[in-house]
Amino acid sequence: MTSDRHFGQPGRWAVLAALVVLAVVMLVPFAIVTLNAFKSPAEYSSGGPLSLPQGLYLDGIVTFWQRVDFGLKLWNSLLISGVVAVAAVLLSVLNAYALGVGRVRGRLWLLVLFLVANTLPQEALVYPLYYLAKQVGLYDSKLAVMLIFTVIQGAFGTYLLSSVLGQFPRGILEAAEIDGASRWRILWGIVVPVSRPTLTVLLIFFFIWTWNEFFLPMVFLISNDNQTVPVALGVLQGEKMMDATMSSASALLGIVPAVAFFLIFQRTLTRGITVGAIK
Amino acid sequence: MAPPDAGAARPRGRGGYWLYLLPSLVLFLAIIVVPFLMNVATSFTRWSGVGTPTWIGLDNYTKLFRDERFWASFQHNVALIVAMAVVPTIAGLVLAAALFDYIAKRFGARTASALRAAFYLPQVLPVAVAGVVWGWMLHPSYGAVNQIFGLKVNWLGDPDLALATVMAIMVWFQLGYPVVIFMAGLQRVDPSLYEAAEIDGASWWRRFWHITIPQIRPEIFVVLLTCTIAALKVFGPIFVLTRGGPGSATMVPSYFSYLNFFQKVNVGYGSAIATVLALIIVVVTFLFLRVQDRDQERDS
Repeated sequence: MTSDRHFGQPGRWAVLAALVVLAVVMLVPFAIVTLNAFKSPAEYSSGGPLSLPQGLYLDGIVTFWQRVDFGLKLWNSLLISGVVAVAAVLLSVLNAYALGVGRVRGRLWLLVLFLVANTLPQEALVYPLYYLAKQVGLYDSKLAVMLIFTVIQGAFGTYLLSSVLGQFPRGILEAAEIDGASRWRILWGIVVPVSRPTLTVLLIFFFIWTWNEFFLPMVFLISNDNQTVPVALGVLQGEKMMDATMSSASALLGIVPAVAFFLIFQRTLTRGITVGAIK
Repeated sequence: MAPPDAGAARPRGRGGYWLYLLPSLVLFLAIIVVPFLMNVATSFTRWSGVGTPTWIGLDNYTKLFRDERFWASFQHNVALIVAMAVVPTIAGLVLAAALFDYIAKRFGARTASALRAAFYLPQVLPVAVAGVVWGWMLHPSYGAVNQIFGLKVNWLGDPDLALATVMAIMVWFQLGYPVVIFMAGLQRVDPSLYEAAEIDGASWWRRFWHITIPQIRPEIFVVLLTCTIAALKVFGPIFVLTRGGPGSATMVPSYFSYLNFFQKVNVGYGSAIATVLALIIVVVTFLFLRVQDRDQERDS
């Protein structure tokens, strides 16, 4: 055991205490939102934001849920993020197979192109996309948002996966080729199964990143039937008809799915978080 | 021994792989390349979004460089880089090192990872939802912060306070990301480095400066780059919290371009702002990658 040369016994607890205080500060907004989502407006104005709710008052949550048809928003978010995650992984695999394994000519330029595409601000694409979507009748449709994010996430996935597949053991591929396996079969029979852990991480990241998107979905999904969770909450923020506890309820409804994904995917995420760091 | 006709194992040559790129190239062209070029082209025109755009050459750009709101929006962007990249990176370094090199050793790895999870939690929220949370907490009449402290401060509505408030919120939101990345990076560091330093009697701060920071320099670059880009692109929190106001106290380029696109129907001008922003982001990315490359060369 190392000695506490520089922080004595009290100092050692002081360091811990300082970090715990900071952690509490970080978590306080979550606690306050949760606490007040279950209060009636009357309770809030008499007891303030820190009092414990007397009983479970669900009206705020239920009213808000029904008013914005929150179940539908959840479904929209789930559908868009799910489709994008699967399609973007598929695109990434196809591209990375050609770039990483096939080493097609000009691959370096293509990789730079994909990287730049991923760093471009969506503001520099939004108006033409909006205009073109209107022309082809895809404005205010989930399909438009799915297509756009499949490409944006796929660009990142391609960049990442190409370097992973560039390291793919050559021997296995050559053995399969000698056995007469076609490229298509090598991709699905060997490359995809072997890289499954990386693909899972990508799938989860794409799902969560798409779920969290705000700008483009806000521009494209204007009708209530198509909005995603962040768009619905963001657009309703500060509406006059919302009282204190209903605002709190709306914030809680935004927090819950995000924290749920974090808990469900925690293992994969901590394993892959450095993967995401490149984004 | 390789058979003399080893090349025959690849009978179809390399060209066949292009087929796999085809779906992407088509989508990429339609969704990134063409819209981006259209945006650049539009920036040389006056256009309301309907009818034919009028070519006006560089007028939007000359107007842009004389527009006080545009310069102000970039100043706010710099403030947000401080709040989203600089402060979280510095604080994240100290916190990650404290958790890794102090708490984990003296109070156990579980304490360290519980604290790490607490710091990280805001990061899991969609940034718009983080805005909703704080918009409620800071509401001038019923918000929890004013209620708890008995204040009547208009955190987001006071032009002198709004930017500082948004900055504080973004520090809260962003802090966990560097902590997690840096702690993951520290796993890679050879523990004997720390042990040797401790035996030599090196203080915690000396270990921090001479071991922690040099060892995780790649992670520091990545975090600074990604957070700076995120700060340059920031839109959601501004939209939800302040809509660039009050006045233009929290105006940022992304929101400024949105405003011109969809509310002022000044599409040409909005395109010029978006083009400049895109250019800045691409340049920043390349600069970072250059510096990182040099840094790695110097090391090897």
